[in-house]
Amino acid sequence: MAGKWNMVVDIERCDNCRNCFLAVKDEHIGNEFPGYSAPQPEHGHSWVDVKRHERGKWPAVEARFMPVMCNHCDDAPCMKAAKNGAIKKRADGIVIIDPKKSKGQKDIVDACPYGAIFWNEEEQAPQAWFFDAHLLDEGWEKTRIEQACPTGAFRSLKVEDAEMRRIAEKEGLEVLKPELGSKPRVHYKNMHLITHCFVAGSVTAEVGGVEECAADAEVVLSRAGNELARAKTDLFGDFRFDRLEKNSGPYQLQVESDTGGRASVDFSMAEESLHLGALALSA
Amino acid sequence: MRFSIILFGMVQALRLVARLYPKFRDRLKERNLIAQFKLQDNSQGRWVQIDNGKVRSRKGIHEKPDFSVVFKNRAIAEEFLTPPFDQLVRIDAAKNFKLLVEGSDELAVWFMTTLNEMQRVRWKSGTPVGNGVVRYTNGTNGGPVFVYVKDGKILRITPVEFDDEDAPSWTIKARGKEFTPPRHTTLASHGLCQKSMVYSKNRILYPMKRVDFDPHGERNIQNRGKSKFVRISWDEALDIVVGEIKRSKAHGPGAVLVTHGSHHQWGNLGHYLSAFNRFWNLIGCSKLHNNPDSWEGWYWGAMHHWGNSLRLGTPEFYGTVEDCLKEAELMVFWSSDPDASYGYEGTIRREWAKELGIPMVHIDPFLNHTAAHLGGKWISPKPGTDSALAQALCHVWITENLYDKEFIEKRTTGFDEWKAYILGETDGAPKTPEWQEAETKVPAREVRALAREWGRKKTYLGAGGWGCGLGGAGRGPMGVQWARMMTMLGAMQGFGRAGVNFGNLQFGAPLDFSFYFPGYAEGSMSGELAYSANAANNYQRMPHVVTMNSSRQNIPKIRLPEAIMEGSASGFLTDVSSVRGQFLRYGYPAPGHAKIQMMYKYGSPNFGTMVDSNRWVRMYQSENLPFVVNQSIWWEGETPFADVILPACTVFERWDIGEYYNVGAGYVHHMFSMVNHRVVSLQHKCIKPLGESKSDYDIFLAVAERLGLGAMYSEGGNTDLDWCKRVFDSSDLAKRTTWKKFLKKGYFVVPPDPENARAPTASRWYYEGRKKDTPEPYPLPSDYVGEFGEGLQTTSGKFEFLPETLSQIDDPARPPLNKYQKSYENAEAEPALADFPLQLLTPHTRYPFHIMGDDEDCTLQDIREHRVRVNGHAYLVARVNRQDAEARGVKDDDLIRLWNHRGSVVCAAQLTDRLRPGVVSACTGSAQYRPAGEPGNSTDLGGCVNMLNPKKTITEQASGMAPNTSLIEFEKWTGVDTWQRAEAA
Repeated sequence: MAGKWNMVVDIERCDNCRNCFLAVKDEHIGNEFPGYSAPQPEHGHSWVDVKRHERGKWPAVEARFMPVMCNHCDDAPCMKAAKNGAIKKRADGIVIIDPKKSKGQKDIVDACPYGAIFWNEEEQAPQAWFFDAHLLDEGWEKTRIEQACPTGAFRSLKVEDAEMRRIAEKEGLEVLKPELGSKPRVHYKNMHLITHCFVAGSVTAEVGGVEECAADAEVVLSRAGNELARAKTDLFGDFRFDRLEKNSGPYQLQVESDTGGRASVDFSMAEESLHLGALALSA
Repeated sequence: MRFSIILFGMVQALRLVARLYPKFRDRLKERNLIAQFKLQDNSQGRWVQIDNGKVRSRKGIHEKPDFSVVFKNRAIAEEFLTPPFDQLVRIDAAKNFKLLVEGSDELAVWFMTTLNEMQRVRWKSGTPVGNGVVRYTNGTNGGPVFVYVKDGKILRITPVEFDDEDAPSWTIKARGKEFTPPRHTTLASHGLCQKSMVYSKNRILYPMKRVDFDPHGERNIQNRGKSKFVRISWDEALDIVVGEIKRSKAHGPGAVLVTHGSHHQWGNLGHYLSAFNRFWNLIGCSKLHNNPDSWEGWYWGAMHHWGNSLRLGTPEFYGTVEDCLKEAELMVFWSSDPDASYGYEGTIRREWAKELGIPMVHIDPFLNHTAAHLGGKWISPKPGTDSALAQALCHVWITENLYDKEFIEKRTTGFDEWKAYILGETDGAPKTPEWQEAETKVPAREVRALAREWGRKKTYLGAGGWGCGLGGAGRGPMGVQWARMMTMLGAMQGFGRAGVNFGNLQFGAPLDFSFYFPGYAEGSMSGELAYSANAANNYQRMPHVVTMNSSRQNIPKIRLPEAIMEGSASGFLTDVSSVRGQFLRYGYPAPGHAKIQMMYKYGSPNFGTMVDSNRWVRMYQSENLPFVVNQSIWWEGETPFADVILPACTVFERWDIGEYYNVGAGYVHHMFSMVNHRVVSLQHKCIKPLGESKSDYDIFLAVAERLGLGAMYSEGGNTDLDWCKRVFDSSDLAKRTTWKKFLKKGYFVVPPDPENARAPTASRWYYEGRKKDTPEPYPLPSDYVGEFGEGLQTTSGKFEFLPETLSQIDDPARPPLNKYQKSYENAEAEPALADFPLQLLTPHTRYPFHIMGDDEDCTLQDIREHRVRVNGHAYLVARVNRQDAEARGVKDDDLIRLWNHRGSVVCAAQLTDRLRPGVVSACTGSAQYRPAGEPGNSTDLGGCVNMLNPKKTITEQASGMAPNTSLIEFEKWTGVDTWQRAEAA
């Protein structure tokens, strides 16, 4: 089959079950695949890791998880650091660290900007997730991490680069540290859940002397007088705007209900997502 | 066929098979013996001699055979020995003295096993996949698996991927969309880690004895848990164990205590309800009576409102996946984290609900895994106060007319009294949203908003981990109250109406519920008719000899330390056959029975799973427990508290058979409705047992043989694989596939029912006032008050807001009127708690299965959400609220000490905003125990957080544990243990 391998990871679908992490350990601990890899040590390596990321503070908090692994870069920094051709770029896009030629080359670990290469003390060699090339070469149709993932967070695609660019464009996929120009073949969907912030709040209204959730109120987010987005509060009076840049500074928020109640608040977006608390409508 | 010809033929067959199969030739060299087959009157017979693998035989009667198989007459012998063999004929002969075995039990078992082996030696299993790799199948608590084996070693373990031959999947059509599950099984993490468990350095590979234990001299009981162990031979180990069984039994019935975890390795044979029960029924023992752990509030509370006793008080679930996806307009997950511990088959169904745009609300002090994944509104009440929130919902529904009045009128009793209580007419305190806010800290306005939406929209209530019970708020001092509230909320909204029911899409997939394959609680080979569901189907379908325990002595599980150390204990029965069964008190010692002389510990350690578990540690040092043997696969925290250790092998090293999440009637009927496809697997013996470890079955057989019970235990030399075949033959599998094919391929997917023949939706019959039509044989026919199938299993046959059954007991925390009561875990009730400001949640862990998989060498140890490695040791994670941590100067991954007057445990801190301030959450997932000082009286570095939970039962007259609101404090661990135990209430 023509084309090159790519992996698409959907952050919204990952629920940190850790099956990818465990499947890789199952495949490699105690197993040697000559020409592909030496066994993974029993503890300490995370060839496919799952990074934990909380957005926001109690009570408006999200738990997000991002699987991180070798990106199989087309312009791989590890290859530049490797001597004796210890790292190979295959025609199908997969990057493989030769388990023998790479012995003693600890620099390779440090060369990876993604922290995806691990040093095997016993083997004195660097190791990383090599896209299950040994299985694909035997005719497997998918990698073990896809097979083990219960939520479909992984999708491997063997397509021409132009097709992959089209898919990335269409689905809004992003790569890690694009500024390095390393051209990763691992693409992320819904990356904003890690990289961006949200602002949330709860709108309340006094009805007959009782505090109620103000549902269906119109909330407008603006910045320097320009409207950026608007949303309706839900049945709990809650609203949320996502995809705000970190440290993006001052914003204004205005709320208006169909009964004419109003509220407004200014806030400044720093590193962390914000919960503005209860915003009480007044006439 | 004539007797003499059959015997002659048998000898020829032995020789022929030995010529053809080297494996069989080798087996014949294992024993030298003379076996006599004869009629009782000695009129006919033939003896067979096996000598260094050679088979000799003569007609007639031998002078000194090692054993004789004696038939009463020729007709019986001929019927018994003529193939095809009828199991019922064989058992009938054995039970009714038509056949006797005299002489060496061990050699007779070996010889009969050898005769069976002539058939087995031709069987083939596994699928070659190239490069010398064979793909086998097996089963784990996390799901069925493919096991790839090369050169006698497990290469990899994966979920099962279906092929085109396998049955098609079901499709649900809902709101213009079609949903079909993927063509494979999913696997929980505790299934995917199994290779690392098989090859763990902590495997026990040889029998061992504590160095300072001498059964004939000084036992040094005080050194349990401290002294080292030495390797001994199987012979020596078995001699000690059998000697101790005989010594104990001389004290009287029940002197041998057997204990086991609530779970075991997957499979119908190796399970404690099977091989273990058969063995112990033949020996006679006191059993540890299991509480309905994890179902506390449902069993002791909810059941009284609507029955469902055989479901431990939880609701029905048939058809709820389809009904929810088609009809529901709101899903409320209350203390409900299905993604936490039972795999991921239901996860995709909840994603479908999300895709359909069904709004979701999660009520849990912790933003749990399911809530974090699905999103929606998160409401975080203070632990133990959920019932106040629930009562405030009732208040809004009553005052704003948002409940199902017709259902209340026709299908319930006692609502007027309930209404009066909610409105404050009874006690002067209306249960308003403002009233609950003081208890729960949840804003009143949010409760009002939820109540209105719930009252107006068709709502599914996912109560507990499974949506229809299990875990969460149901296990805490207020668990009874909470589970009762869940049923009452359901009743006020008319459960059974389209789109209104219990569930969170975890249960109720549209499968075939008539296809018979037994679950492990159906007794398998146990012969146990009283304490398993064996009698319902299995006993008829798989004829086998009945077994009964002659001892009537039981000890309540959570009171075992008191029973040993104080000499007495009492509890209330778990008897699911009726609602009132739980009112019966029992006690230790039972009249006329002996005090415990030895404990046979089987399977998983309890230090991590039982409450106030420092008690368990101290129990082992009691002189009242003269002998402890531990039969275990791994070296776990509790293992060194034994005198002799017997090494068991994993399920990958022996034969078994079982169905994905089918535990069977008697535990959770049709529990397999959790999975997307019914998958039955032949659990291949993938590799040989490691070291000198043996299957549980073979260990029990070896002990049985030393007591002359081998032939009876093995029912005439059956091996574990023979039993697998008997289970296969007994089930509907035999109608759909052949043994040969099943043995080779290793699994079978049961086709789902066609769309027009699917099981009816849960409780719809009750809502509509019809007779029960859901496919479960509950309640028992005698428990209907009116006609069979009419109404619920309550005194009135209706849903009872004030259960009549609870008015028959006087249990202060279980009054008929389910009024709000605060957790007894507070400083007013127990002054020693005044110094402990934080509440501890101890939920089921997500990564190990309870403690299974929490091995130092297991891949799960590297999961940061389970354990964190600090200075070479992996410490259990405690999730702490960020503000609480900062107030105590604690950072992520810092070692912290959690303590109260009951215990002190070191964990690794994980700072989070997913917990409301004031709450700590650490899972009960530790199989380890590492006391910093004197065992039982010092800080544990292993992570047994249950040490902090009270031993007090959930109510005075209910044998349920009550964790989840325990008061504690935490601080950075200094490395120096200064903790002092105070005697706890």
